[in-house]
Amino acid sequence: MQEIVKGIPLNWFIILSGILFSIGVMGVLFRRNAIIIFMSIELMLNAVNLLLVAFSAKWGDASGQVFVFFTMAVAAAEIAVGLAILVVMYRNTKSTDIDVLNKLKG
Amino acid sequence: MAQDYLQRYLFLILGFFGVLSALMVVFTKNPVHSVLYLVLTFFAIAGEYILLNAQFIAIVNIIVYAGAIMVLFLFVIMLLNLNKETEPHKNPYLKFAAVITGGLLLIVLVGSLKMADTTAVATPFQGYKGVIKNLADVLFTQFLLPFEISSILFLAAMVGAVMLGKKDIK
Repeated sequence: MQEIVKGIPLNWFIILSGILFSIGVMGVLFRRNAIIIFMSIELMLNAVNLLLVAFSAKWGDASGQVFVFFTMAVAAAEIAVGLAILVVMYRNTKSTDIDVLNKLKG
Repeated sequence: MAQDYLQRYLFLILGFFGVLSALMVVFTKNPVHSVLYLVLTFFAIAGEYILLNAQFIAIVNIIVYAGAIMVLFLFVIMLLNLNKETEPHKNPYLKFAAVITGGLLLIVLVGSLKMADTTAVATPFQGYKGVIKNLADVLFTQFLLPFEISSILFLAAMVGAVMLGKKDIK
């Protein structure tokens, strides 16, 4: 029992990441504004980052934090391109509602 | 022993604010408020990183996410003049179904991982794994090639964003 009291249990981090990820999934599912959907995706990425850092601290391995660093780099690139696509979409349809984007449907 | 409980209280407070502002990101109507709540969530997550003894990641999280990416979001929202509640609510069942789906996912995740590993992670300010020197040793030896390749990724993203943003491409 002595070991359990010391520090924060790992599964608290797992549960917090699960909660944040679920909120992100919920946001992607019910918001219609494409910008909010992007933000929910960022929330999910951050939940996974938190989990990676928690496991990195748990096993004393710095590789997990390097993975988080790369995740941030890829997320920044993704957001730059994604927001550019969104601006083009707004220019064509005058809206960021994703329901407008059903014209590719066959 | 009191210090150990202090960490847990800090974790719970930061987690509470993080989850609360994450919920507000999803549920507020105004996109600008949504961005600001997301910044709050990122600050809470950065606090959790500091509790995990990952100072570098915490600072980078604040600089890159709360600083750069959120400014980009705000810039696009204000450029497109979306800072009002323009979102139509077509189907009331959709919101209900989304909440049910997210709740079910949450129940499955928490239920399966609740007792996954109850041992404590390393206490802060004692291990040195998150300190910048140790991280740089790993990043610039073991992960040097992916680090350099990520610069090519950024170049490609920059060219792509400029190409997409141009008015008319000859």
